[in-house]
Amino acid sequence: MSTTSPAADGPTRRRLFEAAAGLAAAPAIAQAAAPAPTVRKSGAVDVVLNVNGQDHPLTLDPRTTLLDALREHLHLTGSKKGCDQGQCGACTVHVDGERVLSCLTLAVAVQGAKVTTIEGLAGPNGAVHPMQQAFIDNDGFQCGYCTPGQIMSAVACVKEGHAGSDGEIAEYMSGNLCRCAAYPKIVAAIKQARGKMERG
Amino acid sequence: MRPFSYERASDVQRAVIGGRETRQGQTDAPVQFLAGGTTLIDLMKLDVLRPARVVDIKGLKAAHASIEATPQRLRLGALASMAATARHPGVLRDYPVIAESLQLAASAQLRNMATLGGNVLQRTRCPYYRDTSWAECNKRDPGSGCTALKSFNRNHAVLGVDDSCISQYPGDFAVALVALDAAVELTGPTGRRMIAFETLHRPPQGKPNVETTLMPGEVITAFEVPAGPWTRRSLYLKIRDRSSYEFALSSAAVALDLNGGAVRQARIGLGGMAYRPWRAKEAEALLVGRPLNEGNAMAAATAALAGARTHGGNDFKPELGRRTLVRALLQAAAMEA
Repeated sequence: MSTTSPAADGPTRRRLFEAAAGLAAAPAIAQAAAPAPTVRKSGAVDVVLNVNGQDHPLTLDPRTTLLDALREHLHLTGSKKGCDQGQCGACTVHVDGERVLSCLTLAVAVQGAKVTTIEGLAGPNGAVHPMQQAFIDNDGFQCGYCTPGQIMSAVACVKEGHAGSDGEIAEYMSGNLCRCAAYPKIVAAIKQARGKMERG
Repeated sequence: MRPFSYERASDVQRAVIGGRETRQGQTDAPVQFLAGGTTLIDLMKLDVLRPARVVDIKGLKAAHASIEATPQRLRLGALASMAATARHPGVLRDYPVIAESLQLAASAQLRNMATLGGNVLQRTRCPYYRDTSWAECNKRDPGSGCTALKSFNRNHAVLGVDDSCISQYPGDFAVALVALDAAVELTGPTGRRMIAFETLHRPPQGKPNVETTLMPGEVITAFEVPAGPWTRRSLYLKIRDRSSYEFALSSAAVALDLNGGAVRQARIGLGGMAYRPWRAKEAEALLVGRPLNEGNAMAAATAALAGARTHGGNDFKPELGRRTLVRALLQAAAMEA
């Protein structure tokens, strides 16, 4: 898994888990307390995006989606643009620990929230996340284009407690399409990682 | 996507002021509210919605996202996410039809993003509405005509339609709300008001571009569902082309209060069939006082679809709708509630 994150002090696994832990109630408060982005006369917006634990000040056209901000402005190209219409899941990232579609999220709307991308999953010293390792071990992909979205969704699926059975995994991973149809391997990978993630 | 200016409303008063030009759900309204964004951003990319201004109301979450269940009612803050509502223990236990309608909708990612208020206002999936290369669409461009009447219309509505529009209301949650006599709380320039959820979505009446009865600037701030002896024995049955992450071809929201084997009261909503969230009161009335067997369920279902109007591609729908409702009623009757 290549890492192009400009973050000097890469995010730690602990930070990642902390972000996800208080998930049910926390985002509302975090969002409300966040300062609004500054809108310039030109219509451009000054915004600070917190991605993988680091703040990035950016000036963006308000039309910029979170996906385009990540890929084109922060050069974090792990999150993929598949359909760009919220149908395929390739762009899945975590916002305040919840999996969302970055292609249907305006970048200016996530100021004050914590964004985690596939580049932020690796542990200290670049050790891959148990879910990443499980996708490698189980051949959970063929072409690999949907894989970052699959992995981000899979991590959330386990943390939500929705990886109890093959059927439950299929249901809660249905928002991530794989045109190579690696689905059985993806389910196997999630089952492998589930045990490791639950043991911490 | 066309250029727009972005502003954040930190509270409902600012949202109402910012939203003065939201009109009544018209596609060409110059201002649109942004909450989860799952319909709005999508349709802006498709150049269907072209707002000059987008008012981000996610900040209202702090005050309008709580879920409260009391013996009298369930109150759902409009900014609560679909996912948070679907996993709420009180909703799961006492209003399973609501939890299931949310859980069977969209995908996990979309349910995390989408709010309840935005969900009930999601726009039709009619391909002629969503693709601007079709010139005729009365919903997008009033008076231009309806392409679906004479084209591919397999998943178009059969109830509550007229010749101006046969588009289908695509949601699930709203079908549960309409069945359970929900009310919707609106906050607008003149303050707060409650209306029956059933009256939120307009019939086409030749003007399908006017989608709701919302007044300009009004924001949905909550839903209230009265408690009743039928809410625990309730379910949402969704029939679709694939088993997950798909809109309904047909669905039924059913809630029953049984006295022995006989029906004391029934609540029925239909999805995948109608122009707007559809309540089947004729079917409910036919069930009262009768045992819930297959024959009586079919009689009720026949009444529910009696007014169906089909247009070729969707000729199969009334029968699918009847069978969906029969199965939902029999399953609800068999529930341990």
